[in-house]
Amino acid sequence: MTQPLSYLKESPSQTAGPYVHIGCTPNFTGIEIYGGDLGTSMKTGPVKGTEITVTGAVFDGMGSVLKDAMIEVWQADAAGLYPSPKETRGVADPNFTGWGRSPGDMETGEFHFETVKPGQVPWPDGRLQAPHITAWVVARGINIGLHTRIYFEDEAEANAVDPILTRIEHQSRVTTLLARKIGDRAYRFDIHLQGPDETVFFDI
Amino acid sequence: MSNGYHVRDRGWQPPGLYPPYKTTIKRSPHAALLSFPTSISEETGPAFGHNILGKLDNDLILNYARPGEEAIGPRIMVHGKVLDENGRGVPGALVEVWQANAGGRYRHKKESYLAALDPNFGGCGRVITDADGHYEFRTIHPGAYPWPNGMNDWRPAHIHFSIFGEAFAQRLITQMYFEGDPLIWRCPILGAVSNPEAIKTLIAPLDMNRTVPMDALAYKFDIVLRGARQSFFENRQEGV
Repeated sequence: MTQPLSYLKESPSQTAGPYVHIGCTPNFTGIEIYGGDLGTSMKTGPVKGTEITVTGAVFDGMGSVLKDAMIEVWQADAAGLYPSPKETRGVADPNFTGWGRSPGDMETGEFHFETVKPGQVPWPDGRLQAPHITAWVVARGINIGLHTRIYFEDEAEANAVDPILTRIEHQSRVTTLLARKIGDRAYRFDIHLQGPDETVFFDI
Repeated sequence: MSNGYHVRDRGWQPPGLYPPYKTTIKRSPHAALLSFPTSISEETGPAFGHNILGKLDNDLILNYARPGEEAIGPRIMVHGKVLDENGRGVPGALVEVWQANAGGRYRHKKESYLAALDPNFGGCGRVITDADGHYEFRTIHPGAYPWPNGMNDWRPAHIHFSIFGEAFAQRLITQMYFEGDPLIWRCPILGAVSNPEAIKTLIAPLDMNRTVPMDALAYKFDIVLRGARQSFFENRQEGV
């Protein structure tokens, strides 16, 4: 016999269900409360860096757009600092929250974030990661939230040496993690849950 | 920054694909998830100050009710602690909840169940944990309801929880169930959790110690988020 390991087990995830918006973006569903929904805006004032938009949608294995998903994003500011109490390398742009939450459009399912191009942040071994936004997708039919990352197709140099992108076995799938440039400071990032274009999701 | 977060136990967590829950069939990734250690991108996360909260945010009986009126249903307190896998209380965690009303009906335009809406019940609330990780809210006991999956599938009474810990790696959405509900063991959504011991951790017991006599019953629901690795070779242990 041995001593028991006294760690607790993480609570099992359960699907967000079809009504996640009631809990996380109630005003979007018509429940007027809290003085507004959290995560609607990632800026609280003038921000430093290049302001960009990221638009996209989530598709199921039949190619249909999800209209009951919620997408959250988390990223560093333009200088590569996280607006988090756990950031110890410096102080992030005070007008940038780093965090966004989108319920998707009621009709089209499209999510949309107005943010800044993130700076580079280090990998645990000190190498720099390519600029990226961490994304998390929940919806009815998704038992446990899906983590992925939004990189940028116009950061080819940094992408080519990114610790994660370079270690993806099927390099043809790297493009599923690259936001396409669709305009001046505008990017498109679609998320495919299944199919030939299935997005790379992380166990991270 | 920390030394990384404990790897998620995917055998304890539900898989993406669980065919008895039909919607998972076309919404679960086919490729294996790509495993990586956490980096600063996941070891940080937004913080929500208590100043975002309104006085009634954690009182679902009153937060959508017309002045002088209240939501209808069995009155309950739900309380507990948000912990990490190391057993440490997580302070400042944002806990957002949503649920059906006492008749099992959600306030949502896509909801089609015939049970009546309660004009005084919105069905959402939020609270931020205190310095020890405790949270508490007041609501009504939600009703069970049928849902389109099999021809006669019913959801056990439940409350949805969305939890923000200190790091994006800890992000979690789950559901709380109620002690003694016979529908728990018939539910295809809960069935995706294969280990009965794991299911039990989602069932809140009746807690007579926290009841409000002549007013409300109480249920206790603790939530565990991923824990960060602790290292002896660190000058300052995370959160200690």
